[in-house]
Amino acid sequence: MSFAKTLETEKPIRRVIQTVAEKLIESLCFLCAAVSVLTTFGVVAILCYEVAGFFTKVSFSEFFLSTEWTPLFYHKSFGIWPLVCGTLLISFIAMCVALPLGLLVAVYLSEFAHPKTRKVVKPILEILAGIPTIVYGYFALLFVTPVLQSIIPTLEGFNALAPGMVMGIMILPMVASLSEDALYVVPRSLREGSYAMGATKLQVVFSVVFPAAIGGITASCILALSRAVGETMIVAIAAGQQPALHFNPLKAIEAMTAYIVQVSLGDTPHGTIEYQTIFAVGAVLFVMTLVLNMVSLRIRERYQRMFG
Amino acid sequence: MVTAQTQEAHELCISVKNLSVFYGDNQALFDISMDIPEKEVTALIGPSGCGKSTFLRCFNRMNDLIPSARVEGEILLKGNQILGNSVDVVTLRKRVGMVFQRSNPFPKSIFENVAYGPKIHGLRDRNKIEEIVEDSLKKADLWNEVKDRLHTSGIGLSGGQQQRLCIARALAVEPQILLMDEPASALDPRSTSKIEELIGVLKENYTIVIVTHNMQQAARVSQKTAFFYEGYLIEYGETEQVFQNPNEKQTEDYVTGRFG
Repeated sequence: MSFAKTLETEKPIRRVIQTVAEKLIESLCFLCAAVSVLTTFGVVAILCYEVAGFFTKVSFSEFFLSTEWTPLFYHKSFGIWPLVCGTLLISFIAMCVALPLGLLVAVYLSEFAHPKTRKVVKPILEILAGIPTIVYGYFALLFVTPVLQSIIPTLEGFNALAPGMVMGIMILPMVASLSEDALYVVPRSLREGSYAMGATKLQVVFSVVFPAAIGGITASCILALSRAVGETMIVAIAAGQQPALHFNPLKAIEAMTAYIVQVSLGDTPHGTIEYQTIFAVGAVLFVMTLVLNMVSLRIRERYQRMFG
Repeated sequence: MVTAQTQEAHELCISVKNLSVFYGDNQALFDISMDIPEKEVTALIGPSGCGKSTFLRCFNRMNDLIPSARVEGEILLKGNQILGNSVDVVTLRKRVGMVFQRSNPFPKSIFENVAYGPKIHGLRDRNKIEEIVEDSLKKADLWNEVKDRLHTSGIGLSGGQQQRLCIARALAVEPQILLMDEPASALDPRSTSKIEELIGVLKENYTIVIVTHNMQQAARVSQKTAFFYEGYLIEYGETEQVFQNPNEKQTEDYVTGRFG
């Protein structure tokens, strides 16, 4: 009893200060969190507002059914598909590069590399992810395209192939690093179980460890795809600005992000239909990446429970 | 390669001579020699960290997976040396199956879990694989519980069923020896007694070496018991004798629960 009493009466002022300080820090943290959440809401709100404005002038059927995108020309047409096609084509090429290479790197680092090699290579890979994308863009335009042209003479100066490949290199560290994490956390007991059955190292890796990590690997690939879809500078610089509905990687094409850059760099006045197209395209892009990120998150959650 | 079966080694399954194991600079096992008889259950008991699991893992060379581990001495499996670089570890592990402390079914279907071993060893014949799966699940006393859901995930089974699935998986490659590393320590009493019953049946056809913390379990399931302490084999003999009339003071203290 007397002990409890001393606790309560001891230095009341200091305790008051402590309580106030804690409340202060707590509300400060809440404020920071609130700012980021509110910003997101703000962005979505503006996007919705401008998109609503856009669709008062352009019909849904025009936007989703027309196959031409010429809002900057005299004869305006607002079919989103050429831009979507550009984004998908380049992202597809990027995934063709990033997926096999990234997974091989991940398997090598997680299963075969000496721990010391892993310690050195992984940070280097992550540096690759830190290179500004504009550098990648000019790398694609001024180095990769000319090199490819010497092999494929019909390749245009602006094309989908070079930026796609460079983008693949750009997202490779993401695929490799996240997939490597997924492989690395596969429980040791599973590997031992497989070895104890008389499996060879390759069999252990490809028949047990890889399938066990497939959830994390898929999630990382989708996340990388989402990054590719949203990537801007590389496609704006090296892919060209000709929205066209084709799947020929040798010809110029315009991605959604590249279109947004193109219009926002010009002197398009506020409130015009050209200005509002940015938001319409942005909204489509937003929905695409949002869906990809959510799918990735769901897959990750589902498979995490597997070893819980 | 381990193949031939000599006449005089028929009763004797594993013969360990002067076995020492090191992890880096630490010695985990000191000069162990013991003979393990065929088609009986041999229990390895002792307090945590006494080296019994390390000892068990020498028989299928699982210690190879630990880079710092070094094994000296010799182990003869039916008269054939199993230590050394010239031994084909894959063939060895096919003959020496293992069940782990924590059940570790692969994240595959029940069927694929059991079919895993035969498949990695090159069996392609679908009918033969189905036959082996059914047969192994029956031997592990799991068939009746899972026969209607062979293609659902093995992870969805209860702990005791998972462990029996792992036993079925090990049996599917037709080993001669079954190593069990505390196979029931993570299970409830009912599942534990089921595993113990199973061990009693399996010993008709397999040589079983089991590590256990549970002394009643060792007394119940085994014919021979080896007591390890701090890396030394203190006593080895008939289970009844080790538990009721141990030769060594340390063994007596341990089995009567005075320490450990």
